[in-house]
This record gives sequence, structure tokens and C-alpha cells, in this order.
Amino acid sequence: MAAGSRLAAQTALIPAMLIALVVYCGSTAWTIWVYMTSSRMLPTNNFVGLRQYEILFANERWLVSAQNLAVFGVLFIALALALGFFLAVLIDQRIRSEDLLRSIFLYPFSMSFIVTGLAWRWLLDPTLGIAKIAHEIGFEGVQFDWLVRQDRVIYTLVAAGIWHASGLVMAIMLSGLRGIDQEIWKATRIDGIPAWRTYIFVVIPMLKGSFATATILMATTVVRLYDLTVAMTNGGPGIASEVPAKFVMDNLFERQNIGLATAAATSMLITVVAIVAPLLYAQNRAAARASR
Amino acid sequence: MRRYAKGLTAARLGIYAFLLISAAFFLLPLYVMMITSLKGMPEIRQGNLLAPPGAPTIAAWIKAWSSACTGLSCDGIQVGFINSVTIMLPSVTMSIAAGALTGYALSLWRPRGGAFLFGTLMAVAFIPYQVFLFPVVRMFSFVGLNSSLPGIIIVHTVFGLPTMTLIFRNYFAGIPLELIKAARVDGAGFWRIFGAIMLPMAVPIIVVAVILQVTGIWNDFIFGLVFAGRENFPMTVQLNNIVNSSQGEREYNVEMAATMLTALVPLTVYFISGRWFVRGIAAGAVKG
Repeated sequence: MAAGSRLAAQTALIPAMLIALVVYCGSTAWTIWVYMTSSRMLPTNNFVGLRQYEILFANERWLVSAQNLAVFGVLFIALALALGFFLAVLIDQRIRSEDLLRSIFLYPFSMSFIVTGLAWRWLLDPTLGIAKIAHEIGFEGVQFDWLVRQDRVIYTLVAAGIWHASGLVMAIMLSGLRGIDQEIWKATRIDGIPAWRTYIFVVIPMLKGSFATATILMATTVVRLYDLTVAMTNGGPGIASEVPAKFVMDNLFERQNIGLATAAATSMLITVVAIVAPLLYAQNRAAARASR
Repeated sequence: MRRYAKGLTAARLGIYAFLLISAAFFLLPLYVMMITSLKGMPEIRQGNLLAPPGAPTIAAWIKAWSSACTGLSCDGIQVGFINSVTIMLPSVTMSIAAGALTGYALSLWRPRGGAFLFGTLMAVAFIPYQVFLFPVVRMFSFVGLNSSLPGIIIVHTVFGLPTMTLIFRNYFAGIPLELIKAARVDGAGFWRIFGAIMLPMAVPIIVVAVILQVTGIWNDFIFGLVFAGRENFPMTVQLNNIVNSSQGEREYNVEMAATMLTALVPLTVYFISGRWFVRGIAAGAVKG
């Protein structure tokens, strides 16, 4: 009986095992292999070692993409964490209409990046968007044309990203705040410690796990950043808002340079491993400490 | 009963002021999309972005739905809507079934290779899809699945597997072992325990999984673009084609109506599901 069930369990796992071996592991290995060949339009097995890597890091489009991802990633994660945490703290002050406010802050997260990008593109339209209103009410000197300015366009993507994800951070932080022992508040109040100091020195360290979870979620969004750019700027003006995921897509399907595309994809993979592994470690340690 | 703090001090006024300004920031894009879609083009060109429509009209919505052009054809975004539904229903069902079964086998039966499988699934949940795209496209064209409805459904199932397995495994791991032991004493095997005990108990997590997958698959862009093929482009891809391939004068009202239509399904899921939506994200987020 038990042996039969064990066999059944093993059989039930065959599809998932095949997917893991062939699709996940197989694809990753294949991508890394192609990256070490001189493949362009069609894959070849002509091994060239790390030469694609050298070509990649001499490619201006890639360097702009990588830099954009760094700027976007740091600003987006930092600002969304700050805004989301602050909103959660305010909502936790026993306010009225809590449910309504929570729904308003979180609804953008349910929508796709294509929708988000198109909405923000219209809002920031340099001729008919907010720019026009600003001019009409007298801000003649201020230019609201960041969407079409090469040195500013990345910040418009950050704004749209924050709008999309801050509510998620708020929801994660709020459930963290609600899990904090009320005794801590009583104790600090008796000691006469002001609330803001309690938040910074007691509450934030206690919410390490929530911060790690929110950061991991947003970090995966950052690396996958593609739809938002496509909808909002399509990489422009010029190549000013190109991102690595788009670089891979363009080289795979339009520029027919498979070697370069897989080299870029491999770089993305290495970056993710380098960033996510320590965060996961921190999150697991926080969880382990909490359960002890 | 929640007790509200009494009295309106300066500090509380500040809290409400900040919350209201934030609420305005979050609502602004939705509001602007909505009113733009209800205006005519002359009013959009001359008027104020934030002003409500003088003479509201749903002409732009009708055009967006049934006759907006994507660069190839002029059948409106309804084509994408139907494609998205056709892709979503089997993809949601298959990914949840696969995730539930795999999560169940991993959580209770300690199968051989389980640790490897679980580790791989966890890693894949973070890896950018670009790493897999080229090999999967090659594999699919080898077996003739590229640019087809079955192809895109398989892709959604395969790449939904990590998150689905993780949430079901975590849920099943919390079910008391006594229950399963008792069932085994009664002679129930792997499949009976799954069908008669685990699945009925898993209704809450199935709801969560449905919410996650419906919004996730509806909002997908990259898989639809790469694997579905022109015939089956989902709504997000059609929307982007309508907006970004328009020639001549751009019709912002039609674009915004099409955008609203594409957002409607996830927004409905969000407002109906309420706190379940948050639970879904939390379940998908707490990996391992």
C-alpha cells in the first residue's frame, strides 16, 4: 500500500521534474552555451569563449540599458519602500475610512505595466498633458517635458513604477505593523520615547522580514522591466530609456543577434543571483529568528 | 470593534492631509484616463486635462471596442479581449492543477529528487524570463508549437508552476499529519488522499491561486508577444499595437478607452476579491 502510494507520488512529479530539467535547467544551460558561441542570426557551435561578453560591454546601447536599470532600480525600490512604509504607518494610526484608502493605494498593482505605461504617458504628454495645465496656470518657466528629454526620461519610469508598486509595499508593511506586540508601544510610551524614534529604532528593525519581502518582490520587477518601457517610451527618446530586458528582446527578435542577446541574458541572470541570494538569506534568517 | 482616536489635533490633521494627497496621486491616472475616454478630440486638444467632459460621449469606447486599428486590421480591441479569455481560462486551470498536484506530492510524500525540484522552482521564480526565451522558442518550433494557442497555454502553465507549487506546498504543509495518517490507515492512497481530503481543504488557497493567475495571465505581455502568434495576440499586446502603431493624428480618447477596457478585468477581480487579493500577493511573495 505505502509502496504503491510512494510510486504514485513519484509518478505525479514526473511532469514537474521534466519541466525543471528540460525547460528551466536545460534552457539556462543552452542560453549560457549560445552566449559562448559566435551565433548571430542562427545558432552555431563555434565556441568563442567570453568574446560576446566583451562585445556586449563595448555596446553603447547595452551600457545605457544597464545604467538605466541601476538608476531605476535604486530609486524605484528606495522611494516605493519609503512611501509604502510611511503610508502603512499613517494608516495604522486608527484612522477613518481605512479600507477605502487601502483599496485606493493598492489598485494600481492589479493593473498591467502596459496599462500603467500608457496612462502615465498620456498624463505626462508634453503638449496636452500636465505640462499644458502647468503652463496655463502660469508655470511658464518650468518645463514638464521629462518624457521627451534624454536626461530625464528615466525618472518618469520611476514615477510610474512607484505609482504601481507603493500600495503593495504598504500592504506588506501594514500586516507587519499589525503583527507587532502592543506591549512594545506601552513600554516605550512609559519610558517617554517619542513615537518617531520608536519607529526608527524599534519598529523598522523588527520589520526586517517585511522589508526583505517587499524588496525581493520589487527587485524581480526591476530586472524584468520591459512592458513599462515598451508602453511608455519604447526605449526613447533615442536610446535614453532602454533597459536590459528590452535589449535581449530586440536582439533576439528584431536585430537577429542571438549571441549578443544571450550574453545580455546571462549578465541579467548573474546580477539577479548576486542581488537576490543575500536578500533571501536575510529573509530566511529573519523568519528563523521569529519562529524561535 | 476598532476605536478611532478622538479629537482632531494638528498631528492628526497632518496625517489626514498626507493620506488625502496620496489618495489623489493614486487616483489621478485613473481619473484622467476615464474623463479623456469620455471626451471628443476637439475638447481634448483645446480643453484642460483635468476638466470633466463638457458633453460626455461613449463614442470613443465603441470605437476602441469594435473598430480601432492595430496596424494590421481594424476590428478593435474586442479581438484581444476574446483572445485573452481563450488563453486565460485553460492556462489558469492547467497551472493551478499542476501546481496543486506538485505542491501536494512535495509537501507530504518526500519523493526522491524533491529537494532538487523545490530548489529549482524557487530559483526560477526570480530569474528573468529573457534567460529562457530563446531556448523555449527553439524547442517549440521544433515540435511545431510556436505561435499557437496550445503553445501560449503551455508557456503560462510552465512558468506559473513555480509560484503555484510554492503556495500549494506551503498550504498543504500546514495541514495536520494525523488527518493523513488516519486516511492511510483506512487504506487511502496518494490519489484518494489528494482528491478526497486535500483538495476539499484547499478551497481558500485555490481562490488565492485563481486571483493570482487570472490577474497575472491577463496582464502578461511578453509571453503573449513571443509565443501566442498574431492570430492569438492577447489584449495587452493588441492594446500596445493600437496605441503605438497609430498613424496620422492620434486619438487619445480612443487610446484611453482601449486602455480602460484592458484594465477592466483585473480591476474587477481586485475590487471583488478585496483582502483576498492581498493574501494572494503575500502567499506568492513568501517564498520557501
